[in-house]
Amino acid sequence: MKNKRTRDADHMGFWALNRASGGALVRNKAKAWTISIVRGLLLFGLCFMIIQPLLTRLGTSLMAEKDLYDSTVVLLPRTPTLENYRIVFELTDFPRSMLNTVWTAFVVSVLQVAACTLVGYGFARYDFPLKKLWFGCVVALIVIPPQTIATALYMNFANFDILGLFRRFTGKSVNLHGSFLPYALMSATCMGLKNGLYIYMLRQYFRSVPKALEEAAYMDGCNTLHTFVRIMLPDAVPVILSCFLFSFVWQWTDLFYTRNFLSSMSIYSTQLSTIVSRMGRYFSSNSDVPVIVPAGRQQQLISIGVLVCCVPLIVLYVFTQKTFVQSIVMTGSKE
Amino acid sequence: MAANNKIKTYRPGKWSFREGLLSFIPGNATYGTMRSRKARQGVMFILPFIIGFLVFMVRPLCQSLVMSLCSIQLKSGEGYSQTFIGFANYQYALSVDPYFNKRLVEEIGRMAVNVLATLALSFVVAVLLNQKFKGRTLARAIFFLPVILSSGVLPGIESQNEFYNMMQGISQEVANSSGINLSAALQNLLSVSGVGGGLFRILFQMIDSIYDIVMSSGIQIIVFLTGFGAISPSLYEAADVEGCTGWEAFWKITFPMVSPLLLVNCIYTIIDFFMKNDNKVMERINEVMYSQFRFGESAAMSWIYFGVALLFIAVTSFVISKGVHYYEE
Repeated sequence: MKNKRTRDADHMGFWALNRASGGALVRNKAKAWTISIVRGLLLFGLCFMIIQPLLTRLGTSLMAEKDLYDSTVVLLPRTPTLENYRIVFELTDFPRSMLNTVWTAFVVSVLQVAACTLVGYGFARYDFPLKKLWFGCVVALIVIPPQTIATALYMNFANFDILGLFRRFTGKSVNLHGSFLPYALMSATCMGLKNGLYIYMLRQYFRSVPKALEEAAYMDGCNTLHTFVRIMLPDAVPVILSCFLFSFVWQWTDLFYTRNFLSSMSIYSTQLSTIVSRMGRYFSSNSDVPVIVPAGRQQQLISIGVLVCCVPLIVLYVFTQKTFVQSIVMTGSKE
Repeated sequence: MAANNKIKTYRPGKWSFREGLLSFIPGNATYGTMRSRKARQGVMFILPFIIGFLVFMVRPLCQSLVMSLCSIQLKSGEGYSQTFIGFANYQYALSVDPYFNKRLVEEIGRMAVNVLATLALSFVVAVLLNQKFKGRTLARAIFFLPVILSSGVLPGIESQNEFYNMMQGISQEVANSSGINLSAALQNLLSVSGVGGGLFRILFQMIDSIYDIVMSSGIQIIVFLTGFGAISPSLYEAADVEGCTGWEAFWKITFPMVSPLLLVNCIYTIIDFFMKNDNKVMERINEVMYSQFRFGESAAMSWIYFGVALLFIAVTSFVISKGVHYYEE
């Protein structure tokens, strides 16, 4: 009897089916609908909140100055102009600072990710004395805010010396301030921005690789380096890529390390952070009397600066999004 | 007996001090074993980290600790001289500097609220994003944007403009008095009807700063999503067969399984908050260091700040680890 009814279910109408189930069908449907509506509203609201400032900035950035004070102009400019962008480009020393940002961010993140991959692999696949202690140091690296050591590092690089070697040969220590070398050294030894996190992520991934793979490689005559380069690395590309993206994004917008170590270079993030102070000078240079830049105008120019800073990153993210999300989910999966 | 001994020494993971030492010194029996060779290879792999940590972390850390106890004079040309002055710098930071301790207390209060809110929000959002629905990829992509938008120089820059802040404060007041501000109106209503109290004030504080909270929860959402991905589907199947509802499965399987990540996220949020660019204490420390060139004082300030952060992390991890469930395989 019961079997027959389930077979009949295919031919019954929705309401007949509902009656037969004692109203459960409608209840379930209603529940599912409510859940998806609430979820939709919530997610839409939050997404809107994230996107909206970007859109507002985009709208404002195209406005001419008089549109800013016109209360009938809300989002779309009445007299669209690209003049503001030109001003911001000039204020931030654009082509040069952007070029510098691109190559430093690239070099630094490549170094960081390469070093972190090695270290993560070492922690995941090898057993050695004091491993727990060193891993504790990785956690410490995540926890210790770099600001704590900022002063000491600043002093260190102002008169840099490895074990007094330079002093012995040249008579004085080297001022590495403003050169790229200190930061490159730090990046190559996993001491850059949030490197502890990358080590942790990569270790988490390498731990999930089956041991059999390594053993098979060993049986076939792979040595350690070959196993790492030929067997482990190709599979790890998505995770490495996502670490690289993190590193690139954070390096791109970073102010702390940039200000400390790359202060002599024109880097976009430092340019952006001091844009306000240069605004007054810029506008005054065109006239004889000093000009006070109105707050609204300042804000508009800052917004453009922010927009210019994050648009390349967003474009980069959109293109790599798929690999990125996949690999993020992969670091967690156990099977 | 001998065989027994051998097995004992070959237990993976356990290194006696003697064995560890011997495996790095050539010319003895332990050196040539596979295990020793592997250990040496492992150390080679993590060598960059060891060097970096010692040179760029331990050394500056010790130096900055010393500096915080010294008075630093920059010498013309190069270098600096330091004279030991004990805890005077700490005293300066806590009782002489006009801004430091006030901002420290403020920031800690703000942090406590923000960490709670960030954890709750990122967990809920991760649960939502983990469900299957149309446009999930797009939603995930959008929720990652805060990682970009709230990093480095970007978050502080727009509120840096003091005049603008003043203007905004005024417009906020106008909005409040004209009754457009919904959350303030609701808050008034609740406090008049006697429901209010401290808890509600905190809740409203969270709601008012929801934008900041969403902006700072990008990574946390990703971490939770990874956690959800790591739960074996067979657990849910078993629960389903046993007649678990979705609600029960969530509280009995999902929540306990990702609860260790709660700790990870909590620590990450605290650190992130401490290192943020728009952090008032950090601003003050930078000011003291870069514009006043008071290196000793700024080092003392960072140590106080770091100590507070560490205390916070220790307390929260202690509390959370009591309630966290670790799934052993």
